[in-house]
Amino acid sequence: MLRYFKPVIFLACLAPLANLAWRGFHDELGANPIEAITHSTGTCTLVFLLITLSVTPLRKLTRQYWLINLRRMFGLFAFFYGCLHLTTYVWLDKFFDVHQMLADIAKRRFITAGLAGFVLMIPLALTSTKSWIRRLGGKRWQALHRLIYLSAAAGVIHYIWLVKADLRSPLRYAFVLLVLLGYRIVASIVSRTKAEAEVTPATKIEVSES
Amino acid sequence: MLIKKAPDIRSSEVTPRSLYLNRRKFLTVVTGAAVAVGTGLRQFINPTTVAQASNKIDGLKKSPFSTTETITPEKDVTHYNNYYEFSTQKEEPADLAKNFRTRPWKVKIDGLVDKKQELDVDTIIKMAPPEERIYRHRCVEGWSIVVPWIGFSLSELIKRVNPQSKAKFVEFTTLLDPNQMPGQRRAVLDWPYVEGLRMDEAMHPLALLCFGMYGEDLPNQDGAPLRIVLPWKYGFKSAKAIVHIRFTDRQPLNTWNISAPSEYGFYSNVNPTVDHPRWSQAKERRLGEFFKRPTLMFNGYADQVASLYSGMDLKKNF
Repeated sequence: MLRYFKPVIFLACLAPLANLAWRGFHDELGANPIEAITHSTGTCTLVFLLITLSVTPLRKLTRQYWLINLRRMFGLFAFFYGCLHLTTYVWLDKFFDVHQMLADIAKRRFITAGLAGFVLMIPLALTSTKSWIRRLGGKRWQALHRLIYLSAAAGVIHYIWLVKADLRSPLRYAFVLLVLLGYRIVASIVSRTKAEAEVTPATKIEVSES
Repeated sequence: MLIKKAPDIRSSEVTPRSLYLNRRKFLTVVTGAAVAVGTGLRQFINPTTVAQASNKIDGLKKSPFSTTETITPEKDVTHYNNYYEFSTQKEEPADLAKNFRTRPWKVKIDGLVDKKQELDVDTIIKMAPPEERIYRHRCVEGWSIVVPWIGFSLSELIKRVNPQSKAKFVEFTTLLDPNQMPGQRRAVLDWPYVEGLRMDEAMHPLALLCFGMYGEDLPNQDGAPLRIVLPWKYGFKSAKAIVHIRFTDRQPLNTWNISAPSEYGFYSNVNPTVDHPRWSQAKERRLGEFFKRPTLMFNGYADQVASLYSGMDLKKNF
């Protein structure tokens, strides 16, 4: 089943880019097209980070365990849109002016946060293959990939810090992120108490036997 | 063994379940796609706004203050508006302001002034012959436009109302009407919008009292019926839809300064050497141009206005 759906989802993930290209060619990006491109690629990066983070809660809550097969693709799309977003900044905003970019990174905290969010995605994209999971071992791979929590948080902070006054939109992303991270905290507490509950009787038996 | 296999063959159970699963997957896919396309679709659904009835303004005088730079297309100037009274999204005021009532419109003039009064906007507009002034307009966000504004020097109005010698500042207040201005229903800024100028700034001939652009009445989303235009200052200093002008001996507060004092000062003169705390002001993107251009001191009006600030530390008085 997944074999057929995955390409469909892949294409759906490309839809925002197709839409952007279409509007670009038809002069529908408004008065400030470069700003529109910057905002739209940035939004996509955040959205895909949040989609990636929602896979685990979603598959556990709905027991649709096959969803795990889509997680890497979503994550890589987050990285892909992140690359486009960064390219827009480096090329269309700064025109490869390294000096100015370095000054930006040092001085502008929203740039610092955004770049941190992107850099944190790089090792995740590089080690996203099956062979890397094998090479690192499941546990270590999983620990490394928890960096996505930091990356998404940096992305949301990047957005909050660049807004002038109206925080509604970035706070929406912050809310979703908090829900997704909150789920993990609750889930880990629940599973730990369960594990303890299972361990305790076993220990008791051992004690009674000895 | 054959008997044990029997449950597997019960197709009545297997088929519906897989169908059910397929449906689930299908729904997930569709939802995912919808979310992804969602943002883009909104752009398509949004109807292009129809321009409101516009009146040509005749007998325009040319102005020596006009720049010869390429004028920004009118569609950009009317569909890319920072007008938080209507929306924080720049594309939205064009539509949200289309039914904004600009007549009848009174402007209250009070404070340290001999002739406290309430003037009809049409009386004000007729105080002096209209001029076309093609000004550079630089937003604090780092973009700029060139606009053929219509109006006359703000000093023409100020002279006629006789401010007292104690009056050192002028304060401008925008209309407060959440019914008509949906952006005012939320406290994004401290409504109503207020702005202020030092008296000598307000009396400077470049300071424009504006009621038109591109040869016609000012569109609602650009500040109709009456606004000021201060080309050497960041755009937010140029208050729109003015209902109250007050003369005072104390430096007035201004809305963006109240909102973020470390980022927006009282003066807010265009200055490429003083960065906004969060971004550089050294360059700007002129709408319609691909490459950024360097921002000029006082937005290129240094020859006219620099003397107003001689001896002042412009880093402190940003």
